[in-house]
Amino acid sequence: MAQQAMAANIHKPTTSKWRFGQTSKRVLFYVVIIIGAVASMFPFFWTVMSSGKTIAELYRYPPTFFPESPQFVANYLEVWNTVPFGRWLLNSAWVTVWALIGGTISAVIVAYGFSRFRFPGRETFFFITLSTMMLPVEVTLIPTYLLFKQFDWIDTYYPLIVPAWFGGGAFNIFLMRQFMLSIPFDLDEAAKIDGASSWRILWQIIIPLCKPAMATLATLGFIGNWNNFLGPLIFLNSEEKYTVVVGMRYLQSAVAGGSASVSRPQDHLLMGAALMVALPCLILFFIGQRYFVQGIVTTGLKG
Amino acid sequence: MTTKQLAQPATSASPQATKRKTWSPARRREAIEGILYLSPWIIGFILFVAGPLFASMYLSFTKYNVLRPPQFIGLDNYIYAFTKDDLFLPSIWRTFYFSLLSVPLSMLGSLLIAILLNQKLIATSVWRTLYFLPTLTPIVAAALLWRWMLNPDVGLVNFLLDKVGIEGPGWLSSTTWSIPALALIGLWISIGGSRMIIFLAGLQDIPAELLEAAEIDGAGVWAKFRNITLPLLTPTIFFNLVLGIIFALRTFDIAFISTAGGPARSTWFISLHIYQNAFVSFDMGYASALSWVFFLVICVLTFIQFKLSGRWVFYAGERQ
Repeated sequence: MAQQAMAANIHKPTTSKWRFGQTSKRVLFYVVIIIGAVASMFPFFWTVMSSGKTIAELYRYPPTFFPESPQFVANYLEVWNTVPFGRWLLNSAWVTVWALIGGTISAVIVAYGFSRFRFPGRETFFFITLSTMMLPVEVTLIPTYLLFKQFDWIDTYYPLIVPAWFGGGAFNIFLMRQFMLSIPFDLDEAAKIDGASSWRILWQIIIPLCKPAMATLATLGFIGNWNNFLGPLIFLNSEEKYTVVVGMRYLQSAVAGGSASVSRPQDHLLMGAALMVALPCLILFFIGQRYFVQGIVTTGLKG
Repeated sequence: MTTKQLAQPATSASPQATKRKTWSPARRREAIEGILYLSPWIIGFILFVAGPLFASMYLSFTKYNVLRPPQFIGLDNYIYAFTKDDLFLPSIWRTFYFSLLSVPLSMLGSLLIAILLNQKLIATSVWRTLYFLPTLTPIVAAALLWRWMLNPDVGLVNFLLDKVGIEGPGWLSSTTWSIPALALIGLWISIGGSRMIIFLAGLQDIPAELLEAAEIDGAGVWAKFRNITLPLLTPTIFFNLVLGIIFALRTFDIAFISTAGGPARSTWFISLHIYQNAFVSFDMGYASALSWVFFLVICVLTFIQFKLSGRWVFYAGERQ
């Protein structure tokens, strides 16, 4: 019916029908958008509910929606007592903060070079930067691992932090460059005439104007580093150094090896742990989201 | 000193020199400064991209187990991969199958969500956050959560299917359903994520005047979408498609966590095969060869896409 209304709207844009079409279209939009949102949110509700159940209730069939005797506090505390969860969270925070600072600052510096200076080969360099986005990590992973082994960096956080300080990856550079291109050159020119060095222009003019893009990069950097799985899996060996996403697997009963692995099924704890790990990203995104789309929109994608 | 050296060719008469004659000291300084700002990336590129790329190519021709120095064995690794390794070729087909399921679905899904979220809505930021939420979940958490929901005996999905009279499949514990199940998990994780945000940005970039003009001319919703939105969106679609295919082919985390490649190797993707050989068996030479084959596959696929892109990607800026 709504479609008929829409069709009517297409062919006869008369006022009364137009209004009716608009309203039913609105309603249709909201219905679709709500269904989608529920679908994408439901697994979260389910996880929240599961995290408050006892293991017996969790494995009962048919499943219950609300926990019969909510165990939220007990279950969440048990997560902290079963595995070194606090330690892992701190490790994740440490790695994430250093990597995101490096990834954001160095992307700003490199993007400044790409957007504000003319030199031969700039376009080639930029093209190479973009093409590294398509390079599968697998090809470079083994020699990188061997390189860090040479440095004696295996089982330290350096492999997870240091590479971020060299431009923060192609995507960061790309986003930052696009954003900087949207800042009028007149500002730099004026400062240059006043005798400011390019380094000073960067810090006093460009960076203050790039805050939305930097907020976007920092948010993305936080999420990316916090959730990084392959890196810590390969470069960290000792349990107490694990980041929380890698450590969390120990709550999975089936994981072999490692003294922290637990023998009986702990799925209810796993659900709670999953939520606690996701929480910082959710909070951060909610704060940073208005910069997010804005940051990407202003930059555009046309290169 | 550099200034003088660069200034010298300017006096000669070769065609290159005429080009350089325009180079004032200020321009030269600008170029040097520009390259200096680029230097973190250049060093990083050499250390973490170009260097390792060549190193892994070299290693792919060797037998190397980390403990002893690499031993040159020519093409043996490649020959072994294609003739004796029973897991290698199937792992590639499996990866293709997974990508074939997940890429079209997630492209279409993300575009649809972007179109919905691009409408004038109440509380835009709330909707965006809701749709983006799955992407924020650590993949470990998402994979475990879905493993639980897709549990064939007590999982929610089969319970709901049972309610409507469908007998749910074994999902992750069935060899035929494990890959579709992983595609489903991947779809849930990524559908409202950065791909959708990029689509959204592309949609917001479309000049409102064009759409309004079409509306005045009597174009309907579909006509506007088909003739204005879609053509102007093709660069964004292309960008997302190229990266989407690469990400799908590289899928590691979901499979590693929710199935560990099983059951009966039915989700043993190429990335797992490389990981296994490199970091479990420490057969670094062989794993390098595998990763190079994989890399070449990706290169060929990407190259084909770029070749085909001329036929359907429309760049509004091309008139310049």
